[in-house]
Amino acid sequence: MRAKGAELSLADVINQGLVGLSLSMDLWLVAAGLTIAFGVAGVLNFAHGSFYMLGAYFGYTFYQGLELNFWLSLLGAAICTGLIGLILEITLFRRIYKLDVAYQLILTFGFILILGDLAKMVWGSMFLLAPMPEVFQGMITVMGRTFPYYSLFVIGAGITVGVLMWMALEWGWWGKIVRATAADREMAESMGINTALTFSAVFLFAAALAGLAGAMSIPWRAVDTGVGTAIIIQAFIITVIGGLGNLKGAFVGALIVGLASAYGILFFPGMQLFVIYVLMAVVLIVKPEGLLGER
Amino acid sequence: MLEQKQTSTMWPHRLVRYTLFGIIIMVLSIIPWAFGSYGTWLGSNVLILALFAVSFNLLLGYSGLLSFGQAGFFAVGAYVCAKVLIAVPWLILGLASGVLAAALLSLVLGCLCVRHTRIYFSMLTLAFGMMIHSVIWKWRAVTGGDDGLVNVPRPPLSLGLFQLELNNDVTYYYFLLLCTAIGVYLLWRLVNSPLGLALQGLRDSEQRVAFSGLSVYRYRLVAFTIAGSVAGFAGTLMVMLTKYAYPDMAHWTFSAEPIMATLMGGVSTFAGPIVGVLILYFAKEIIVRFTEYWLLLLGSTVVVLVLGFRGGVVMALQQSLPFLATPAGEGGTGTVSEGETNPTTGGTRPDAEPPPADRSSL
Repeated sequence: MRAKGAELSLADVINQGLVGLSLSMDLWLVAAGLTIAFGVAGVLNFAHGSFYMLGAYFGYTFYQGLELNFWLSLLGAAICTGLIGLILEITLFRRIYKLDVAYQLILTFGFILILGDLAKMVWGSMFLLAPMPEVFQGMITVMGRTFPYYSLFVIGAGITVGVLMWMALEWGWWGKIVRATAADREMAESMGINTALTFSAVFLFAAALAGLAGAMSIPWRAVDTGVGTAIIIQAFIITVIGGLGNLKGAFVGALIVGLASAYGILFFPGMQLFVIYVLMAVVLIVKPEGLLGER
Repeated sequence: MLEQKQTSTMWPHRLVRYTLFGIIIMVLSIIPWAFGSYGTWLGSNVLILALFAVSFNLLLGYSGLLSFGQAGFFAVGAYVCAKVLIAVPWLILGLASGVLAAALLSLVLGCLCVRHTRIYFSMLTLAFGMMIHSVIWKWRAVTGGDDGLVNVPRPPLSLGLFQLELNNDVTYYYFLLLCTAIGVYLLWRLVNSPLGLALQGLRDSEQRVAFSGLSVYRYRLVAFTIAGSVAGFAGTLMVMLTKYAYPDMAHWTFSAEPIMATLMGGVSTFAGPIVGVLILYFAKEIIVRFTEYWLLLLGSTVVVLVLGFRGGVVMALQQSLPFLATPAGEGGTGTVSEGETNPTTGGTRPDAEPPPADRSSL
């Protein structure tokens, strides 16, 4: 944070931009899953942030507890979280697709409580923080300001996942299936698409993405059982700004929220959260379908 | 003739209900005497939360709007009351200013919120509630930041010559009982008034009400403002109980408490939220003695309720004890047959195909 009265230099602005980007890309992975699940199945999953929390705990267990390689830990955390998402979809979420959205929010809120307490049973209520993997130790110097390698990795990972997802949805046959199911479930079914399977796969994927984001966060943010409720609000803000169910919108929304928090710290110290809530409210009032949504 | 016949069949119901109301008040009156200081403390909390939950259900159950920001108005009432009482220890002034502040704020925010329904309404109220939370958190000079406002006085209630000392927790409990009873009674009258009927009509079919010439916007705004004001009132009562105002009063997880209480008791019945708060608090009291994982049980209960028991406890009671049910035509706060079709009682979405704005292409 800059000293009071000091001039704002270009280097500060750029450095803070990088900080914002790394924040954006961590949030993007969470918001992407949230918005896909909403776009395809029509469920707004309040417990999606809890997948992030589970991913972080799994990542910690694999990396610290079992002393696995960092990459394997990330993969393992994503898979485990994805499987939990799949189980929840098969046993519970599929029963609420047709319910009023109020009930979806309430039921999935119940899951925040359940998953939070289960995590407390397994991992205790201590804050857990993993050491930085050796590959990423150290800083890079950008215009005289230092910036951790690890944040660069997070930025790269977010962009990579985004590009892969976009390619899969645009080009692959599975992308066509997902898009068809999102557009019109009945029509897709009559074309012989197994929509129930599609929903399950989407939930698996969405939960795995959140789990990956959570596992990636363990070297720079301590995990505890409250992390789910904190992250879900950010993810909601992002999906609302970009348009509910809109994947490109979620990417743009994540950029806006990440950069707004980073520059908010610079220009309105202490009020960065307020700035983001204002952004969310303004978008909802002026263009409730989101910045990239269509009427 | 027909008119007469209706009133005559209605009377026993009304009689039963008023008798029940009297019994409940009597049972609540003996709590400090029967359960000591801890029971009084718990009862005080239940009373305040019950009022909060009933006001919340004016939005969810009667207007079909799920607000995730009611804690914001609760906190505004609490903080304004606390500030005023710290400056001028005068009870009526503190209460009035807290309620007025919550009313004004909910009127202004309501103008923006009630343009939307469904998920957009929920998200917008969530945003405003959290905005209030972050202002309270950061505006240290006024709100005390994360320390909150401590040592809020609880001045005596003075009405002209008559003065009642409230500093005793038992006396304050009876004061709360009086406030809650009045508040709940007024809300009961409200939901059975033409305004209440219009709101329920809006909940079930917005178009039909609009076609009959009523202003959808104005009715929802009135409901939102009333709900916000009563939430603020509950906040003022709470801050005088605990003598402490803290930022988490405005956090969205506190907004979730009346939601869960309402869901447990039953969304489509007037008494649902009250019963829900009772169940919530007493179940918690018992469960935390056996296990620290109270939230796990609470969450599981929520899941079971949503999946299989959406009418809530009160509706189940009404089904087994028909004389408790509100006769249709007297406000219709949820007879069973009606419950099957409207969205807040947990039926399927009335418009199975959501509007296109809901699901943009991926």
